[in-house]
Amino acid sequence: MNKIKSPSELEKLRKEILGKKDPKKPSIVICGGTGCNALGAQQVVTVFKEAIKKQDLEGKIDIKETGCLGFCEKGPRVIIYPEEIYYFQVQSSDVSEIMSKTIIEKGLVERLLYTDLVTVEKAKNISDISFYKHQVRTLLQNNAKIDPKRIEDYIATGGYSALAKVLYKMTPEQVLEEVKKANLRGRGGGGFPTGRKWETTRNASGEPKYVIVNCDEGDPGAFMNRSLMEGNPHSVLEGLTIGAYAIGSHEGFVYVRQEYPLAVENTRIAIKQAEKHGLLGKDILGSGFDFTVKIHRGAGAFVSGESSALMTAIEGKVGEPKPKYIHTAEKGIWDKPSNLNNVETWANVPLIISKGADWFRSTGTEGSKGTKIFSLVGKVNNTGLVEVPMGITFRDMIYKIGGGIRFGKKFKAVQIGGPSGGFIPENLLDTRIDFDELRKIGGMMGSGGIIVMDEDTCIVDVARYYIDFLSQESCGKCVPCREGLRQMLNILNNICAGKGKDGDVELLEELSEFVMDASLCALGGTAPNPVLTSIRYFRDEYNAHIKENYCPAGVCRELITYYIQPEKCQACGICVRECPTEAIYGGKNIIHVIDQKKCIRCNTCLDVCPERFSAVEKIPRKSLPLSVPPDTKVVRKR
Amino acid sequence: MSTMKDVTLEINGKNIRAKDGMSILQAAQAADIEIPTFCYHEKLEPYGACRLCIVEITEGKRTRLVTSCVYLVKEGLMVKTNTERVNKIRKMILELLLPLAPTGPLKTLAHQYGVKESRFPAEPTFCILCGLCVRYCAEIKKENAICFMGRGIDRHIVFVSEISAGVCSFCRECHDLCPSGKITKLSEEVASLSPLESEI
Repeated sequence: MNKIKSPSELEKLRKEILGKKDPKKPSIVICGGTGCNALGAQQVVTVFKEAIKKQDLEGKIDIKETGCLGFCEKGPRVIIYPEEIYYFQVQSSDVSEIMSKTIIEKGLVERLLYTDLVTVEKAKNISDISFYKHQVRTLLQNNAKIDPKRIEDYIATGGYSALAKVLYKMTPEQVLEEVKKANLRGRGGGGFPTGRKWETTRNASGEPKYVIVNCDEGDPGAFMNRSLMEGNPHSVLEGLTIGAYAIGSHEGFVYVRQEYPLAVENTRIAIKQAEKHGLLGKDILGSGFDFTVKIHRGAGAFVSGESSALMTAIEGKVGEPKPKYIHTAEKGIWDKPSNLNNVETWANVPLIISKGADWFRSTGTEGSKGTKIFSLVGKVNNTGLVEVPMGITFRDMIYKIGGGIRFGKKFKAVQIGGPSGGFIPENLLDTRIDFDELRKIGGMMGSGGIIVMDEDTCIVDVARYYIDFLSQESCGKCVPCREGLRQMLNILNNICAGKGKDGDVELLEELSEFVMDASLCALGGTAPNPVLTSIRYFRDEYNAHIKENYCPAGVCRELITYYIQPEKCQACGICVRECPTEAIYGGKNIIHVIDQKKCIRCNTCLDVCPERFSAVEKIPRKSLPLSVPPDTKVVRKR
Repeated sequence: MSTMKDVTLEINGKNIRAKDGMSILQAAQAADIEIPTFCYHEKLEPYGACRLCIVEITEGKRTRLVTSCVYLVKEGLMVKTNTERVNKIRKMILELLLPLAPTGPLKTLAHQYGVKESRFPAEPTFCILCGLCVRYCAEIKKENAICFMGRGIDRHIVFVSEISAGVCSFCRECHDLCPSGKITKLSEEVASLSPLESEI
């Protein structure tokens, strides 16, 4: 491949690629995202390839492995073109049927279609699937068309034309103005105006200047950045190069977690291919603009997503935040001006350049424009990667896209913004998801993880989980974050273990305020959010734990009791045998009784008790309401 | 920008002249205004970790908390070192550290701030992780014989035995820096251990 030397050569190449494509040719698209891979997508790919070979159809059918297609829990996902048939949960054993019925006979494999939860109808088009119907997929729409390992696929969708436009038709100032006009705000969670950040780095003194992609997504349950980096790496690189041109930078970094091996691999391949095509490196597209990108693999510290910690890590040191009153945009890597943006922020840039700031501004709310990618997980029916206009309500997100709460359970709370985000209760479900509205109710956007919780979730336990996570992921440098979180965790552990005291909630509030005020970086500055919002909206649950030794959701192990109802027990002996701690007494014809001192509350007895007896009861209290002495020997008549 | 220009700022209502490029803490110390610190040392790069030197500043209409060891003086800056909000934070820092190091300068300072007893359970490790030893060894001695290990609430200090075996017995300069007596304890214990076991 010769390097592309001008926009017209790029257009020529695009035409060539498109010219080779026959729109009528059957094409099998298989999602190769991490979620689908975990569900066996690689095997599906292999079996499809074998089947094509066996049936002598090589060259007559295209097969493409793409990035994430969204509806992850219904993977592996397969799409058949040109008919655009969407198949879900495809296993390798389904391949021969798809080959014969759909590829050859042009019919449908009904059982692999999506079944609507309410109407129970089979969905033939993507617009019939509620999960997709309410989304606006601008950043993700090309994922189905792109094999991330092939730059030709990205070019075919119009890729790198924004870069060509910028390099040949726009001054850096015009690019900056366009991004400012679009009012693109940082997708990593802070929501800082991207154009203003770029301008600061551009105007800062010091050379060289650096631009960086933050792909250190480490929130439990979040995979937005991973999916974008895995599925469409060139869109991020194109955005980064445009940013570099506007800022006056010639060196960039992609900071990506080592735990995202596919994202690392696809980024590496993308950089190589872009360099080969003259879209990165020296004299990009013959314009005279030079820009190189290096990958920096993160060593797995959550705190390294914080800007000063990330930059310290790129310098080769331990990723710890620095106390800073001068922004990294002015003094970052090696004290040089360094502009850091999230993966998704960068991916928006080519779209803004190609389609214009006004197009971008036409979606979203007054203060938050464009779309936002979320990973929707938890106790909803439909989980997966979601892209929606800014300003969608939680209610629409959970009930329209998410399809409501699983198993008809009751909604309890939704948690947004990663481990240091806030809980949002039912009465705030109509809140619009945008940067400013979330801040008003004590939440934050974060990078876009949404975790839905139902009535079986104990809020105190989840708050405890997040503080546990953060106390380990804090770097431990400053006293408030390290010691404050240590004591908050202690208190929460005690409450969950039934050892809570009067005044604990107030002490948690006092510590929260202190940690937020006095910590060195944003990790500590936001860490108490889950505690504060859970107290604010679910204070009763804290009180129940502390004052009544009662866990309303029946989650906290120390606060639940398993009890065998004597009138229902048929003395079958199953639970006696299965109990791992030999805590159940009783023999043939002798009603079984649990020794509460030995019981570890593993739920095994409840699981194994035959449904027709249903003798084991889980009581969300610390002590038995009806206590039966362990030596009771009631004989059950058969 | 000339670097040696003087600026005038106000600390606790008093006009102070300071050299441009100084931190608030340095300016205050030069004017005999006391700001407590644990992790600050004049020979070392400011670290900003103990948070004890937090002060309140007002710039225009905006009042906020800053760390005085790293915040640089500015013309017309208004600083208050002893407000209710500042003292509340210092009290909590001391209350959180006291269980770790119940004796020494920490106890004295805690008493000064009215913290007689901590509400948190005692866990006397005798180390408050101020990092004076680690940074002194790295920045001044350039030996790196002692370092941090672990993250978050697992953070602790260890001697790097391959280095410490050769240099520490001659130096011992970090012993006097330690505000809680940890180093003396640690090196005694290390002396009696084989290299592989020196981590505590």
